[in-house]
Amino acid sequence: MEGFIELPVVDHARLAARFVADAERVQWHDALLWQVRLKRDRAAAEVPEWEELRRLASEIKAHVLTYLDRYLEQFEAQARACGIQVHWARDAAAHNRIVHELLATRHVRRVVKSKSMLTEECGLNPYLEARGIEVVDTDLGERIMQLLRQPPSHIVTPAIHLRREEVARLFHEKLGVPENLTPDELVAVARRVLRQKFLEAEAAITGVNFAVAETGTLVVCTNEGNADLGMHLAPVHIAAMGIEKLIPRLVDLGVFLRLLARSATGQPLTVYTTHIGRPRPGQEVHVVLVDNGRSRRLGLPRFWPALKCIRCGACMNTCPVYRRSGGYSYGATVPGPIGAILMPGYDAARYRTLPYASSLCGSCREVCPVQIDIDEQLYAWRQEVGPRYVPRLKRLAMRLAARVLASPGRYRRAGRLLRWSLRRLPRRILYGPWNGWGRARELPSAPAESFLEWYRKTRASATAQR
Amino acid sequence: MTVALFVPCYIDQFYPRVARAALTLLERLGCRVEVPLDQTCCGQPLANAGFAREARPVMAHFVRVFAPYDYIVAPSGSCVFHVRHHLEADDAEAVRHVQQRTYELCQFLREVLQVERIEARFPHRVAVHDSCHGLRGLGLGRPSERMVPAYSVVRDLLRQVDGLELVEPSRPDECCGFGGTFAVEEEAMSVRMGQDRLDDFLQAGAEVVVSTDMSCLMHLEGLARRQQLPLRFLHVAEILAGAD
Ligand code: SF4
Repeated sequence: MEGFIELPVVDHARLAARFVADAERVQWHDALLWQVRLKRDRAAAEVPEWEELRRLASEIKAHVLTYLDRYLEQFEAQARACGIQVHWARDAAAHNRIVHELLATRHVRRVVKSKSMLTEECGLNPYLEARGIEVVDTDLGERIMQLLRQPPSHIVTPAIHLRREEVARLFHEKLGVPENLTPDELVAVARRVLRQKFLEAEAAITGVNFAVAETGTLVVCTNEGNADLGMHLAPVHIAAMGIEKLIPRLVDLGVFLRLLARSATGQPLTVYTTHIGRPRPGQEVHVVLVDNGRSRRLGLPRFWPALKCIRCGACMNTCPVYRRSGGYSYGATVPGPIGAILMPGYDAARYRTLPYASSLCGSCREVCPVQIDIDEQLYAWRQEVGPRYVPRLKRLAMRLAARVLASPGRYRRAGRLLRWSLRRLPRRILYGPWNGWGRARELPSAPAESFLEWYRKTRASATAQR
Repeated sequence: MTVALFVPCYIDQFYPRVARAALTLLERLGCRVEVPLDQTCCGQPLANAGFAREARPVMAHFVRVFAPYDYIVAPSGSCVFHVRHHLEADDAEAVRHVQQRTYELCQFLREVLQVERIEARFPHRVAVHDSCHGLRGLGLGRPSERMVPAYSVVRDLLRQVDGLELVEPSRPDECCGFGGTFAVEEEAMSVRMGQDRLDDFLQAGAEVVVSTDMSCLMHLEGLARRQQLPLRFLHVAEILAGAD
């Protein structure tokens, strides 16, 4: 991209090329995620009304997002009535400040935190650590990533890109256990270490999978029970949730719970689904409702449906690009197809390559339990970022192509020239370094005559030209 | 029945044999086919790259050329998908008409002509590469993500061909990785996706790969030819029209 101001742009193509260079690793990564996709297929096939559920879920979300203001107020009133304290955060900074204040005024030094993409989005861990508070991630995958001091590469299975041996080595280095432990032994180590952290913690932070407006209930789903251990032991529980996590009524929850686990991991339900109705005696429960760009997105006519996302990760497991390029090639908190339409909404300049990180195959749309038209939004985002950010030269080339293709005469002449070049130019010029197609692929062989030329010569006299 | 044959630009320039097969096939099935000689391109390559605005004159020209016809048929799922979903021009009435009346070839055979019997012979082991735009975009079959009864317009047609044996890759409808400008802008990724697709076809014992989209096949064939893999690539129209 020469002749073009450099911004800290996420260069998906380059990062993906680097990932794909390790052919054996790519094959492993792709096969692993494809297995999850197949598990999802089997689990979904067991539900005869699957497509009906998807349609319902999509409509419930559309409804709740349409009346989000009212449902948020209803939720706030209900939650307060149950003794849950409600806080509002306009952006990431406000969220972090609120959480820190809650902890600081209670002299909390040690916190356990279960999985929450929102706190990743807000950068909560580094914020609290800089203020002398120890935050321990308790989801096993997240704990591994925390020990590595790296972000998750997948929103449901954060350490899916690591192999068992890599985790064993990490545990050996960071926790001083013998090398080459089996997966069972590694889990046992993690459990022992984490148990101590749970007992010492003075506060627990969790995410929220769903919040019910009608009842003011928070619902948290995990497979490891770590969120439950944290929030039941600690005297203070802080739940962080994006404002789009709301659903209207308790009866709607069944629709989403049935879709979520099957789409995410192929399980009928997550192992632990915990409803937080009211704090137990002596405990404080706080919920922080975070906007951070969501209400602005809600106002974008083309892009608001991305807010329906329930973060199941199914679109990542099915995406042929994500499976082969890995999560880090997106340089985003939420990678993969959904990330590629969410991130440009926060910073179109930085994430402008992401709408192009797709062949527009549409598998993400078909797999999505809430029917988000991800591929159509990728197309729409390209119309937004393409003209704004491509280099001048490419823009000119596009204009030129449009001029040629809009005129039958110019099209004919350009076609002839192109075919002539492909047939006559020496291979060493045709396959020069400029030819990105030709590095691994042959160009199509060019016929002497185009179809329309042939038709004009042999048949046109028989057909009246219109 | 009069049908306008829409020949996508890359088929016109690189694969005239595919357009000829489509023409032969439609005529054999009793259609009066007209080929508007002023046609150029539907604008898809530009629009998919994010330049729908720049492509508007191209799309306007397309609408002008094809608006007079009752049926417009093309041997390319992705171009038809573009016409149906992303065509933009000032004359809204004409745009709507063209959108509703443009069919992918196999879809036209099935839905409009309701073809029951194809006279063709092709004694080879064939794998279908479902193009994503044809499959998920136009509904030419059940995508593997969907929990609805299985069907496939293309396979139903191919099953009528004498001697043809269908084989299936392990991942039924994985993308080949072409994706228009994606093939060049994310070259490494595109090549890897195509390679995996080819491996899957070879594993399934395919001799010939057929598709409704030459663009997917251009990419797959480009890879296969470079490595001299024992695979042939044909458009479904060529087989239905009796290629060998
Ligand atoms: S976009 Fe759909 S498939 Fe992807 S994570 Fe969100 S809900 Fe799941």
